[in-house]
Amino acid sequence: MYNARGIITGLVIFVALVTFPFWFSLGKAASAPEPSLDTPAIRQLQEKVCVEGTEFMRTQHMELLKDWRNSVVRDGNRIYVAKNGKQYKMSLQNTCMDCHSNKAEFCDSCHNYANVKPDCWTCHVDPKEGK
Amino acid sequence: MLEKTLNGSKWYWRWIILLLALMGVGFASYMLQLNQGLAVTGLSRDVSWGLYIAQLTFLVGVAASAVMVVLPYYLHNVKVFGRLTVFGEFLAVAAVIMCGLFVIVDIGKPARLLNIMLYPSPNSILFWDMVVLNGYLLLNILIGWNVLDAERKSVAPPGWVKPLIYLSIPWAISIHTVTAFLYSGLPGKHYWLTAIMAARFLASAFAAGPALLILLCFLLRRVSKFDAGDEAIRRLSVIVTYAMAVTVFFVGLEFFTAFYSQVPGHMHALEYLFVGYQGKGNLVPFMWTFAFLAVVALVLLLNPKTREKENTLKIACAAVFISLWIEKGLGLVIAGYIPNAFEQVVEYVPTAPELMITIGIWATGAFVLTLLYKIAVSVKEESELSIYSARYARVKPVGITVSQDSGKTGGM
Amino acid sequence: MKMHRRNFLRIGGACALGLGFLPAVKVLAGSDLSKVMADPKALTGKKWGMVIDMKKCWEQGRKNCDDCITACHKVHNVPDIGNIKEEIKWIWTEPFENTFPEFKHAYMAEAIKGKPFTVMCNHCDNAPCTRVCPTKATYKRKDGIVVMDYHRCIGCRYCMAGCPFGARSFNFRDPRPFIAEINKEYPTREKGVVEKCNFCEERLAFGQLPACVEACQEKALIFGDLADPNSEVRKVLSSNYSIRRKPELGTEPKIYYLV
Repeated sequence: MYNARGIITGLVIFVALVTFPFWFSLGKAASAPEPSLDTPAIRQLQEKVCVEGTEFMRTQHMELLKDWRNSVVRDGNRIYVAKNGKQYKMSLQNTCMDCHSNKAEFCDSCHNYANVKPDCWTCHVDPKEGK
Repeated sequence: MLEKTLNGSKWYWRWIILLLALMGVGFASYMLQLNQGLAVTGLSRDVSWGLYIAQLTFLVGVAASAVMVVLPYYLHNVKVFGRLTVFGEFLAVAAVIMCGLFVIVDIGKPARLLNIMLYPSPNSILFWDMVVLNGYLLLNILIGWNVLDAERKSVAPPGWVKPLIYLSIPWAISIHTVTAFLYSGLPGKHYWLTAIMAARFLASAFAAGPALLILLCFLLRRVSKFDAGDEAIRRLSVIVTYAMAVTVFFVGLEFFTAFYSQVPGHMHALEYLFVGYQGKGNLVPFMWTFAFLAVVALVLLLNPKTREKENTLKIACAAVFISLWIEKGLGLVIAGYIPNAFEQVVEYVPTAPELMITIGIWATGAFVLTLLYKIAVSVKEESELSIYSARYARVKPVGITVSQDSGKTGGM
Repeated sequence: MKMHRRNFLRIGGACALGLGFLPAVKVLAGSDLSKVMADPKALTGKKWGMVIDMKKCWEQGRKNCDDCITACHKVHNVPDIGNIKEEIKWIWTEPFENTFPEFKHAYMAEAIKGKPFTVMCNHCDNAPCTRVCPTKATYKRKDGIVVMDYHRCIGCRYCMAGCPFGARSFNFRDPRPFIAEINKEYPTREKGVVEKCNFCEERLAFGQLPACVEACQEKALIFGDLADPNSEVRKVLSSNYSIRRKPELGTEPKIYYLV
């Protein structure tokens, strides 16, 4: 091989860099997140149900929120009729966070694990915040 | 052809390093602005567009000026411009890239930039500005690169380039018209609400752009073996002369309408710019510099003796470029907001980070221009050398003015 | 199958471009929400507008009263930045000579000279700001309110250039540190977006009048549907002389002033 020394050295360095995330965090895997539903509002609920089912929320809560925001902000419609027939006010801050007031133990636990940084909170007020 | 940017003299590399350093400083300042918001600039609730958008406005004009070389050559067979078209197109590429960068640094939420394509709004002139500027960038990259590549291979350019070239001519006019429409369609800003805004933009573009091109041609003569030819430069200087005369005439028209009609809304912005209004006038020295330089430029350009002498032509072109940069790149945008909707004057002074970002973007444009011109010059030096060596083996290669298609020497 | 490398690259590039359109298509396609509707208590209208009786404000109100301003800015988390360059205001007062500069002259009556006028977004029927927005982040709703979609705004500030009334403010920096007391029931905005009065559409949606209207103790602000001939605003307008700001520009502002 022409220039074998240079090429093999380069290859080794390249493979090491490219696989860095894997071998560097060997044995340091974070455990699966367990979002906590233990809030005063949820404890007081008769029926422990959310606006939609758990599976739906787990996979599609962001799509739901996007649909909600288009409906509220752009169309002016604020009442959501869920699949179970109940009516809810479409509001992240006032409806969702009313029950799930523990953002750090609920929202953030999964988001931190998945390294997702939703930018809702620069505008929407986190219930624990506010001076 | 990109590999041609990697061979250069030590001055070439020093210039590149200087530009990269300025780009780095600009980038660091932009990081500061991203972090803290546009509060780091001198913009305010009343003057909400400033240096960035003003540069964008001026540079769209410089980009459009490529048409002043392309149109005569392709539509009217002005052969001496044949060797310059690529340089005009590459200047347009560098200018439009700068325009795009100025947009990105100006908007409040750059991460949402794509919203303008995801939610197209044909009612908004800014949407159309995005369309025509990006289209023009694509056109000039395709045309310039392929024509140059064909020259490098000593063949004619591929057939599909010709319709694109013809398209680029009205497109160049459209980019500056649409940019002018950004301003001339707003009911609340009396300084901008003039029917001749697009005409003024085009006139100043066709003065400032070719003036810059002339200066670049002189520079290329000095730093490389490429010589645009005295005839091409002479013709460009005539174009600059007429365009500058029309530009100054148009400014005069604005003054007449404002001050003969005595309508306050029309007069106040011009008063602010040239004598101050409500006791404030930080742009007054700049506007008088513009006026002085414009007069100097016109005097030097209208007189054929000074227009045809290299030294005075260089001074005239620099005067044209700087004076029109002041008028369009400073005066136009800022004075549109003064006085504000409540007849109050809130002045605008750019801050240091704002200036650093602006300089960084100009350096980026100069960087792109340097690279593209290096490629173009290298290709032309080789191809013309080979034509010469094939036909006129005993003539020195320095100072060739071979026109692209005939192989005969151009006018000296 | 023989294929040249360049053709392969061209076709591959075209496919990649086509696939790249997929997210755009998804965004542009409609949503499939089960069912949404307005609250039954919501105030409905086709052309919301406001009449401000400045005489009541001057003659019956306290000197330097700013109840409407305080109420609005409190409910909507409008920050107090503290300097004239970056200030954010949804509703404020300007003297007569600045609000109606084309009406001022050398021999004005004392009754109007220097008097404060309450100004805010005029929610124009023919608004230039909505015409120029490149993303439709600001647009006129069916009920006549010119709304801001803060999720979509890219902060280009073209609407601020388009507005002839100086009604819009820009967030030059993060506003949160400058809000004295955050109203937890309403979001704030973030740095980089434009904001303005929204005719309290979040209150109208549940049957409440705008905060400024409710806060005024002299009832100088009258809010109603201009398209409804029986509304209070229409009755007031038909029996009093009213003026609007800069009507010659054709923006059709919907804030009327009784002087």
